[in-house]
Amino acid sequence: MIDQFPALQIMVTLVAAPICVMIRNPRWSWVCAMVANTFAFLVSLVLLDKVLDDGVIRYAVGGWAAPSGIEYYIDAMNAAVLVLVSGISAVVLLYAYRSVAKSVPAEKHYLFYTAWMMCVTGLLGIVITGDAFNVFVFLEISSLSMYTLISFGQDRRALTASFRYLVLGSVGASFILIGIGFLYAATGTLNMSDLAVRIPESESQRAVLVAFSFLTMGVLIKSAVFPLHAWLPNAYTHAPVAVTAFLAGTATKVSLYVLLRFFFSVFGKDYSFGQHLLNGVLLPAAVAGFVLMSLVAIFQNDLRRMLAYSSVAQVGYIVAGFSLATQSGLTAGIVHVVNHGMVKACLFMAVGCILYRVGHVHTPSLDNLLKRMPFTCVAFIISGLGLIGVPLTVGFVSKFTLIQASLEKGWWAIAALVLLSSLMAIVYVGRVIEIMVFRRSRETGPESSGMSEAPLSMLIPLYVLVGVSLYFGINGSATLEVAGQAATYLLGGLQ
Amino acid sequence: MNPLWTLVPPLAVIPFILLFGERRKNLREGSIIIAGLFLLLINNSIYSDVIAGIPVESGEVALLANFSLKLSAEPMGVVFGLLASFLWVVTTVYSIGYMRGHHEINQTRFYVCFAIALAAVMGAAYADNLLTLFVAYEVITISTYPLVTHAGGDGARKAGRVYLGILMGTSIGFLLPAIVWVAAAAGTLDFVPGGVLADAGIGKGAMAVLLALFLFGIAKAGIMPFHRWLPAAMVAPTPVSALLHAVAVVKTGVFSVLKIVTYTFGIDTVTVAGAAQWLLPVAAFTVLAASIVAFTKDNLKARLAYSTISQLSYILLAALLATVMSVSGGVLHIVMHAFGKITLFFCAGAIMVALHKSEISKMNGIGRRMPLTMGAFFIGAISIIGLPPTGGSWSKLLIAGGSLDSGTILWVSVLMLSTLLNIAYLLPIPLRAFLKPDPDLKPGETASWQEAPYACLWAIALTTTGCVLLFLFPRPLTELIGLIQWR
Repeated sequence: MIDQFPALQIMVTLVAAPICVMIRNPRWSWVCAMVANTFAFLVSLVLLDKVLDDGVIRYAVGGWAAPSGIEYYIDAMNAAVLVLVSGISAVVLLYAYRSVAKSVPAEKHYLFYTAWMMCVTGLLGIVITGDAFNVFVFLEISSLSMYTLISFGQDRRALTASFRYLVLGSVGASFILIGIGFLYAATGTLNMSDLAVRIPESESQRAVLVAFSFLTMGVLIKSAVFPLHAWLPNAYTHAPVAVTAFLAGTATKVSLYVLLRFFFSVFGKDYSFGQHLLNGVLLPAAVAGFVLMSLVAIFQNDLRRMLAYSSVAQVGYIVAGFSLATQSGLTAGIVHVVNHGMVKACLFMAVGCILYRVGHVHTPSLDNLLKRMPFTCVAFIISGLGLIGVPLTVGFVSKFTLIQASLEKGWWAIAALVLLSSLMAIVYVGRVIEIMVFRRSRETGPESSGMSEAPLSMLIPLYVLVGVSLYFGINGSATLEVAGQAATYLLGGLQ
Repeated sequence: MNPLWTLVPPLAVIPFILLFGERRKNLREGSIIIAGLFLLLINNSIYSDVIAGIPVESGEVALLANFSLKLSAEPMGVVFGLLASFLWVVTTVYSIGYMRGHHEINQTRFYVCFAIALAAVMGAAYADNLLTLFVAYEVITISTYPLVTHAGGDGARKAGRVYLGILMGTSIGFLLPAIVWVAAAAGTLDFVPGGVLADAGIGKGAMAVLLALFLFGIAKAGIMPFHRWLPAAMVAPTPVSALLHAVAVVKTGVFSVLKIVTYTFGIDTVTVAGAAQWLLPVAAFTVLAASIVAFTKDNLKARLAYSTISQLSYILLAALLATVMSVSGGVLHIVMHAFGKITLFFCAGAIMVALHKSEISKMNGIGRRMPLTMGAFFIGAISIIGLPPTGGSWSKLLIAGGSLDSGTILWVSVLMLSTLLNIAYLLPIPLRAFLKPDPDLKPGETASWQEAPYACLWAIALTTTGCVLLFLFPRPLTELIGLIQWR
């Protein structure tokens, strides 16, 4: 049975999607999605445990052996991402029920959950597969369902946001497809392990180089690395907030995983960073990203938009870690993928709670919110501190590791800029907290007095995730160890 | 006894504070005092363990791959732990009188943040390594921020911004990279007698830079130009200023510097590498400049704040001189200054509650209305100046003696000059209160007693007695300091 778990990881949610369509009832389609997602989460935990104990898992889909058949390939790296994706999706889905009930018309709920299941399937598929073309297939599944999910947003701006993402996302996906096509032409294989062996031997190195460039651009667009992030702020702002929490925790993170997989496992560190000086492109983009986007975040008056810009900045940290291309740098990047995924999901969930009760998230008018929604505000503050990187939160673990890694390589300036952008994070998070906690509200109408906390079914998932992130903030070595193993696999190539 | 226990009373009391809330004030404050007494007992038992040579350690949590959170007790930490827990009890007694007499709002939030801050102070006192110290340091900053902004309003929020901006900014901008640097160079963040940097292959210039990063990164120690947060924080209620900004917060700063100089650098490394040469003048400048600024302040709390900045730099000076005598004097000064300064702050708060006066120029003749308070103020001031029969004289003597070891009389003269300035800006206050005529009185009328509430007076009496007792019986303290392993 356990041998079939890799297939199960994809199948459960994939099958749940059409079932949701058939059920049509809002509540039961949610239950169906929830059950499937929880199951997927458990499967991913089992897989992670197995990988950490026994090493790489390979699974031939349909019994067709690689390299002709499609192979699922799981090492510490993607096992961790599988847990992250299915875990965050499960928590946010639990949370989504009430939030969606309020913002999406009831007759569309089953479609919403169907799209969600497709999206999770796509994301899990991208992560689990060891076949380059299969990555593209799953990428399309997840992207198309994501555009749908975003368009469920409350006002019509969601449609333009979704369309804009669709255009840019399709450009990115096409670039990835072209890249994979060139690789196939140059090597005659689509299996990643096989590609890793054949790329250096290929006679048409120029085709490989073209493939490399297309793939790079495609993946950078999908992961919203500055300056290719234009789709992200609008999508995050106008999507239903549960979708935003889900996307912020998972979607860009999965694209970053693809980046790692192709650069380190398929092309190899020496090819990506040695011959072609990827860090000439990646590092400046990353650094400019986290400095400029943190700066931009300071001036945002919509809480969601502020968090969206902060997301682009955080992607910058992650990519900066990757572009160090050392064991510790990769560890820092990977651990931040997980840590930031949790923190950002928490923040957007808290924002969703505020939206649910207050009806808007215009920062300057959230004065004295602590009195009205104490639990939501405390969760927001704790996660906000995580964004800054205060000790005892996950943010500290990743930032410390990142600074350490850049000092190890002697890149002082990078360390200094990371610190600078942390200071900016103090400003943009601190500003919100100051308004929430210390500014007395000007109006003393019936609205502003008394407590009106979000429903428990939203608070509990929020606090579960906050609790998990605090746990990993204090016992950071747990995530660091997995990330370290993942980094070792990536640097060592595919076995 | 496991030092983790020290975290228990301040944290365990929080649910009680919330439970009793505003409605049952006596129970709320009673529970805090009980927690404080427990904490004092725990610290006392750690003290006897350390004196007896029993190792006092907690388990560890691996926060980062190679570095973990861990507590352990060594003499310097025990001094600080005992001090903070004793003054927590006293301050709570005091704030019962003050907060009620002054009708402060949000008292429950106040006490909760206070308790969290104190737990973090315990964490700092017993930190076994730099990482733990840093974590505690940041928790103190964050948990005291709501105390600074306590009053609400624009002024308090601005002060809060200065407070958080400077403390967080320097700690993330300078202290964190310094710690990462140590981790990279020495491979360990543990506090080890003699330090870990001697053989870490850091050159002379780099060592000076590293020391500077630590010194400026720990802005809680109030070195110029990162001292602005301290006067800004004086908008907080007086008990906060008293415990946190004369004792816990600032002392965590200087304590961290002393600990880092002793156990991360090692005093020999600091002197051999000459790393402190460039920083001594900064500390000396802060000593003098802050004293002179204190001179110009008419607001009593502001004057005390600048006096604190100046006194803190005595300790920084002592740490940078890095001789056994000077660093011992620095540790001792943490205690002596704490008792003296908390007395002065308590008195300032008492005047505010009883007579609603905060400007020194309006304090003429108040000594006849508040003789106990002003008498205590006089003793506290004597201790800050460093004259017998108060505890401040011992620590000043040690620091001055230690500074002579450096081979120049420059630093001694700085200390003495500052002492003169202390006299000039502190003593006029009680003199004015006792000797000048009271403008509010008509000729022939005699002043009636208008002391602060009893709770305040009790607290003032305790700390004032402390100042004198520390002069008469410094033995237990000096013995403890004598146990510090320097190499």
